[in-house]
Amino acid sequence: MSLFRQIAAVVGMNLRNLPQRASASLVIVIGIAGVVAVLVSVLSMAVGFSRTIAGAGSPDRALVLSGGALQEAMSSIPAGAVPNIMNAPGIAEDSAGRPIADAEALAQIQVQQGSGRSANVALRGVGTTEPELRPEVRLVAGRMFQPGLHELIVGRNLEARYGLGLGSHLSFQNGDWVVVGIFSTSAASLLDSQILTDAQTLLSAYERNWYHSMTVRLAGPGSLNQLKRALASDPTLHVDVYRESTFAAAQSRVLNIILRWIGFFIGGMMAAGALFGALNSLYAAVSARSTEIATLRAIGFGAGPVVVSVLAESLVLAIAGALIGAACAWVLFDGHVSSMQLSGLQPPVAYAMSVTPGLVVIGITWACVIGMVGGLFPAIRAGRLPIARALNAVV
Amino acid sequence: MTALVYLHNVVKRYVRGRQTMEVLHQLDLEVPAGQFLALMGPSGSGKTTLLNLISGLDRPTSGEVTVAGERIDQLSSSRLAKWRARHVGFVFQFYNLMPMLSAERNIELPLLLTSLPGAQRKRNVAAALELVGLATHAKHKPAELSGGQQQRVAIARALIADPTLLVCDEPTGDLDRASASDILDLLQRLNREQGKTIVMVTHDQKAADYASRILHVDKGQLVAASMQSAV
Repeated sequence: MSLFRQIAAVVGMNLRNLPQRASASLVIVIGIAGVVAVLVSVLSMAVGFSRTIAGAGSPDRALVLSGGALQEAMSSIPAGAVPNIMNAPGIAEDSAGRPIADAEALAQIQVQQGSGRSANVALRGVGTTEPELRPEVRLVAGRMFQPGLHELIVGRNLEARYGLGLGSHLSFQNGDWVVVGIFSTSAASLLDSQILTDAQTLLSAYERNWYHSMTVRLAGPGSLNQLKRALASDPTLHVDVYRESTFAAAQSRVLNIILRWIGFFIGGMMAAGALFGALNSLYAAVSARSTEIATLRAIGFGAGPVVVSVLAESLVLAIAGALIGAACAWVLFDGHVSSMQLSGLQPPVAYAMSVTPGLVVIGITWACVIGMVGGLFPAIRAGRLPIARALNAVV
Repeated sequence: MTALVYLHNVVKRYVRGRQTMEVLHQLDLEVPAGQFLALMGPSGSGKTTLLNLISGLDRPTSGEVTVAGERIDQLSSSRLAKWRARHVGFVFQFYNLMPMLSAERNIELPLLLTSLPGAQRKRNVAAALELVGLATHAKHKPAELSGGQQQRVAIARALIADPTLLVCDEPTGDLDRASASDILDLLQRLNREQGKTIVMVTHDQKAADYASRILHVDKGQLVAASMQSAV
């Protein structure tokens, strides 16, 4: 009980004393806020990007690529192979008994950014079963494109990032294309940063007779293997089949690791700086309070409560810094649309950065570690302070 | 009277860089319980070092220091801290009050080291404030009190846990003559009426005159003693 009282009394005194050391305390708070803001911001890119990529993948759908293709952009499926794939077992059917499957084609087109520079975005040609194949896609403005016409619908991220609103015109492949709709997906998805049009119209414009991929809705939980076996046994086909969610996760894994590594690396470098700032400030604080500490020790307070009080001060300042840093990251970056390329073969993916509670917890954890390490040595010094010397009582 | 403080053959050396300085040389001292002792001497004579050894703030290089029946030179740091809490009350030249705490919270500090319940602590603090004549200043912070009043609060803090020994390091060194006189009167009253054993370091002969015994320290040795009937 006495130890708890001692700790409470010394910690309370220390914290009440903070306003008198406002500038030194601010050094710690601002340093740690900077670390947490940068760390959380970079990690929010990783989280937002992963969500976007993963959001494009559904466990109920399968993606068919040409054999050996690691990415959709590297795949090619001849138009003649499409009926064989569509009629394979394992694919769900609509109420009219037609397979819910689309052959899809990709292209890259250039759009103008606000700064006047151009950027590549993905144009995806889709089929007529799109509403049943991807029910998460819903129009938020305008209408669906009409097959055979140069009409486009645009993902919400592209509208936000490039200003591609209803009625915008884009010129490519010697044609004038008009935006007739804006769509959004129910969860953040890769599709939100793509433009959709009719696949046949796209192939005509690009004078192609092959698709990049086929996306199919699976009939049931065991249908993927059934489909794989059926397509593998067809000697006219040479394709690979993936569950769409698994394929999407694999696509983002490496970039996600790199982003997290960058976040922790930059955060770590800044943390080292903040650590030294905290050390300096807390050493100064202990020095400024040496008479106070020595008086308490003379009265009979133990070294333990004094050590705890310095650590508590450090932790309180660190947590304050973490909350400020996380708040800055949230205000400045949460929902902010940025873009990144999965690979050189693919257009940039626009995604919304996401500051999640999990990232805030990571930021607070980092701040606490900085606070603990930064406070430890000054705390030990405070605990070992020679009482007589600190009371200016030597000789 | 039995000796409350007993020092035998005490040597204290400090090492500074390559130099070793012997501050106290084989010093012997006995202070009976209930005595008001003044230690006088020039700066650097070793009187404060002697006070630190008696109060358990420092340890001798060699020799025996027994206070209140305990060989305090042999105690560990944590046991010494507990011993100080139980047996010693400190009064410093510059009061050493906690600036963010009110007078009553400053006085209460030593009681936080005991098992006394909060209500009892409050009653004891009120009594101590009454004793030093500051009952109406309980909520004042040190910055709102005069030097003399701050030193009264420091004395109340030193007395609150009813220590065996009161050690005072230049308790009037920062006060004007009238305030100094008040404080010395208070210390003398505590010695005479409550039987508190007091060891006080001072430069001031007038302050020393309030004590019942004066010892002079010079170059680390006790050189002269006088018993007196106090002013």
